[in-house]
Amino acid sequence: MVTAQAALLAAARAVPDPEIPVLTLGDLGVIRDVRVADDGAVEVDITPTYTGCPATAVIADDVRDALGRAGADQVRVQIVLSPPWTTDWMSEAGRAKLRDFGIAPPRPTTGHIPLTFSVRCPHCGSIDTREISHFGSTPCKSLWTCRSCAEPFDSFKAI
Amino acid sequence: MTVSTLPPLAAYVLALGDDALILAQRLGEWVSYAPQMEEDIALANIGLDLLGQARTLLSYAGAVEGGGRDEDDLAYLRDDRDFRNVQLVEIPNGDFAVTMARQLIFSAYQYELYTALLDSADPTLAGLAGKAVKEVDYHRDHATQWVLRLGDGTDLSHARMQAGLDQVWPYADELFDPASPLPGVAADPATLRPAWERYVTSVLSEATCDKPEPRWRSRGGRDGLHTEHLGHLLAEMQHLHRSHPGASW
Repeated sequence: MVTAQAALLAAARAVPDPEIPVLTLGDLGVIRDVRVADDGAVEVDITPTYTGCPATAVIADDVRDALGRAGADQVRVQIVLSPPWTTDWMSEAGRAKLRDFGIAPPRPTTGHIPLTFSVRCPHCGSIDTREISHFGSTPCKSLWTCRSCAEPFDSFKAI
Repeated sequence: MTVSTLPPLAAYVLALGDDALILAQRLGEWVSYAPQMEEDIALANIGLDLLGQARTLLSYAGAVEGGGRDEDDLAYLRDDRDFRNVQLVEIPNGDFAVTMARQLIFSAYQYELYTALLDSADPTLAGLAGKAVKEVDYHRDHATQWVLRLGDGTDLSHARMQAGLDQVWPYADELFDPASPLPGVAADPATLRPAWERYVTSVLSEATCDKPEPRWRSRGGRDGLHTEHLGHLLAEMQHLHRSHPGASW
């Protein structure tokens, strides 16, 4: 049973994020638990990155499909808000993939958000960058531009 | 079930959810009309966060009520008199300064609200608060930056920011009106006010704006008494769901 559970967890974690497909849900840290219930159903706890993240429903569907392919007959997905997701749960591999994809990875959080911190440009590596807007193309990103290479880029908000 | 017969916890949760839902709808109206494209995106993002909070709150209110109503029933199938939001969130957007003045009032209030609810004995409210307080921190900073920029900007931007503040300030008091006491579970609205006052006062002072001293104040939103604007907003928000029950895509 333990191995079956590990295989299911791996299958859920391997699902790509629908909005940033270079990341897996495992990289993102949103799969909180996978377990087999008494009735044989597979229960998955997923935590959303933001309460209103429209990808949450797609993620739940994708996880259901992936676990079905991994052999689960019945899958129950639960959305859990607590403990709240934090970018600190993102894996090192995930951070490297984000950078390669052109999105500045989140820095570690230390409670309050120091909004004046600079972000390293994922294209040229310069720290001579500025924030254009706290809010970007998805709830989890902010919009930046690089003064050195003049390219705009997304930055994953540290929360 | 009418508003007045709801269990106190359901009524409390519904009020918070309605505030978030109605403001999310208002902010959505800015998309493609904001002064900059970045603001279209920012206001849509803020609205989306509020919508996410509203979904959690309305779902929970329905569960506590125990009558089988889900988030969609509550959002789409109630009439204006059954909404418990404060009037602040339903009044029209006005110009960008009016919207930013309202965002300052509301996000600073929500920041204190969710901070207080972190200690709630109710696990759903505490869980949502832990998530939402991080989102609202961004909303509050966004509003603050704009109030500073417009208030401490040109003569014209200052005058319009001050006019925006004057227009929405009469609606602020309602946020702090007493709610049915739910000790340990709900946050007593009056206790949120001192920290809210400190925050907005310091922003207004830095923005070189005067803190408005309104001669009247709004009342009644929590009891289902609304301005004429809510009905128009609901007509747009609810039309599709009511005309095509169960529609999905």
